[in-house]
Amino acid sequence: MHKIFHFYGGVHPKESKVSSGVAIVDAPLYPLYTVPLSMHIGAPAKSLVAVGDTVLRGQQIGEPASFVSSTIHSPTSGKVKSIGTCLGPAGTQLPCVVIEADGQDTPADPLTPITDWRNTDPAILRARVAAAGIVGMGGASFPTPVKLSIPPGKTIDTLIINGVECEPCLTADHRLMLENPKMILEGVEMVANMLGVQNVFIGIENNKPDAIEVLTKEATAYTAPAIHVVPLKVRYPQGAEKQLIYAITKRQVPSGGLPADVHCVVQNIGSSCAIAEAVILGKPLYERVTTVTGTPLVAPGNWRFRVGTPYAEAIKLAGGLKEGAQIAKLISGGPMMGMTVYSQSVPVMKNTSGILLMGPDEVKQYTSKACLRCGRCNDVCPMQLMPGILSVQIENERFDDAQSWHVMDCIECGCCAYTCPAGRPLVQHMRRAKSEVGAKLRAQKAAADAAAKAKAEAAAKAAGAEAPKADK
Amino acid sequence: MVTLVIIVVVGLLTGIAIALVSRWFGVEPNPVEEEVRNLLSGANCGGCGFPGCAGYAKALVAGAAKPGACSSQCAGAAEKMAKLLGVAVVHKEPKVAVVFCSGDDMKATRQALYNGINDCRDAMIVAAGAKTCAYGCLGLGACARVCPFGAIEINEHRLAVVHKEICVGCGKCVGACPKKLIKLVPKSAEIHVHCMNPVRGPEKFKACKAACIGCGKCVKTAPEHVKLVPGAALAEVDYGNPPPEALAEVCPTHALRK
Ligand code: SF4
Ligand code: SF4
Ligand code: SF4
Repeated sequence: MHKIFHFYGGVHPKESKVSSGVAIVDAPLYPLYTVPLSMHIGAPAKSLVAVGDTVLRGQQIGEPASFVSSTIHSPTSGKVKSIGTCLGPAGTQLPCVVIEADGQDTPADPLTPITDWRNTDPAILRARVAAAGIVGMGGASFPTPVKLSIPPGKTIDTLIINGVECEPCLTADHRLMLENPKMILEGVEMVANMLGVQNVFIGIENNKPDAIEVLTKEATAYTAPAIHVVPLKVRYPQGAEKQLIYAITKRQVPSGGLPADVHCVVQNIGSSCAIAEAVILGKPLYERVTTVTGTPLVAPGNWRFRVGTPYAEAIKLAGGLKEGAQIAKLISGGPMMGMTVYSQSVPVMKNTSGILLMGPDEVKQYTSKACLRCGRCNDVCPMQLMPGILSVQIENERFDDAQSWHVMDCIECGCCAYTCPAGRPLVQHMRRAKSEVGAKLRAQKAAADAAAKAKAEAAAKAAGAEAPKADK
Repeated sequence: MVTLVIIVVVGLLTGIAIALVSRWFGVEPNPVEEEVRNLLSGANCGGCGFPGCAGYAKALVAGAAKPGACSSQCAGAAEKMAKLLGVAVVHKEPKVAVVFCSGDDMKATRQALYNGINDCRDAMIVAAGAKTCAYGCLGLGACARVCPFGAIEINEHRLAVVHKEICVGCGKCVGACPKKLIKLVPKSAEIHVHCMNPVRGPEKFKACKAACIGCGKCVKTAPEHVKLVPGAALAEVDYGNPPPEALAEVCPTHALRK
């Protein structure tokens, strides 16, 4: 039997995974899709269509605007009704294309399927991943092609597939593993080949024994490289990149570093599946599995939604509200890291892993008291920070102090706020400090870049004036 | 007893050390600089563009700055400084801060109840503050807290209001507002278009009954004083030629007001 791994700190909230037994169903077609052009980290995509254009399902409607950006595809066939902005899950306005469906759902010519991908140049596969607009589907939505381009000077020896789904309530990845294990494993092998790694692990928490069993059985067919399914102890935030790397490889990503610094790449289950579909079927990423759950709902479940479906439709699909039930909070994502949204017009995006509703009796009104210095937050912080001390610094706007106490390493998992007996809004404090310190660092970098450029120019001038010295 | 002796000895030694250090490394205060600094307000607001009053005083003595940049010093103090330094006063145009929003809780709606940390900049992290108008004042008073003169009040309906007679135009609040609603404008301007939302009139009117709907009435009445912002349903006062107070009467939503 496997050894069961875990990491420092963390909490174990009530799992409430009520929809784990509900099979994935394709959502019906809706008359209107609001497709944000910014469903990823980085620059919003550039729109390729104009108002009145007819588009087909899977047709490219947005192209990447820079290296860290992504491609966007139409979720169905129809007409471009408008191009403007829409409310995103973070409460900000996102550029978007509104598509009026014609109900035919006519597919565009797919990207050419690459069936013989085992003998295809990894560069071609990587280009396909980019063309299909694949991003990390676990939540952060980092463009996958960028993740798969290893920065020069870094070597990768381990690929970790994140099937942890440690967020309470969410079951989308769990269902996908049960229902589509073959596609997932093909995707895993593709990524492993693209990276040229030999160690491949799929981490799954052992509250999903069925998924572990299915994947372990299917994975025996894969030998080059072998895919190991690793059961993990149930502990939130096991699915956080750095925690997962530590749990499986016992390597610690340095402060401020990336997984590549410890020779690892972490991919989400959903993304692996999407990569396989993009390569084998030529299907771009325009739909995803999302859990719609919460106690006020009649029938929580998992659906395959096209991007751009408004949350309101998703809630209707889950049977709507129980009689007399009320929504006190609507959350995009899971209860620990999700974002509270205040409008049901927010569209499903490539990274919407869940839509969670909470009733009035589940939502605690905020009352922040002074820190008791009990130290419970220190015990649970998986990044081994001292959230209590940090929050006091941040309350007093001592952001420089917070920076030297490593606030930038906070992964916003929410364990600290979850345990705090004083009800302090610790994550909000951390996020404020991270944005302030981030802005400062960016300004410093811009100034340093400008200075370096000026210096280089001056040096070039000087070098042009004098004869270049051979010994330098 | 021993403790007492130790304390006395340590105290004496430290005293001598301090005396010696200040003797050897002490910096002679520049008397002119001291005097100049005493003529400044001591608010350290940074409105002069130097790091605090001491920074400005130093620059004045070094000849790198002219008297008149401090907007919070007493009347006549700039002239005294000028006499002391033997230079002329260069007066700055007096400015005040204006919060360009009229959407208090009577006129503008909120989408949700925000009950997180009581600061606009923190509220921005949670669904951008939950006000229906994305450009509206959150009324949590980040600006009021940074104002060294207490010139900003959050009124009973949760809207930030600058008291013109107290504001010295130092500009500290400008950087504090996460919605970028505060601008410094010439003190001579009587009325302003209190709205920053560029979207279509009907759309913003739904969110806020005090929005500038871009109807252009003020522009038609006094084209020399007010103009429309290009590409937006929004009027803007021409601060080079500010309108008279009476023009406010033409505005149907009272976005154009004092
Ligand atoms: S400080 Fe950050 S990383 Fe640590 S428990 Fe709190 S949210 Fe998580
Ligand atoms: S858990 Fe809360 S009260 Fe306890 S030390 Fe941390 S911040 Fe303070
Ligand atoms: S003007 Fe800006 S900083 Fe002041 S209360 Fe309004 S939103 Fe907050």
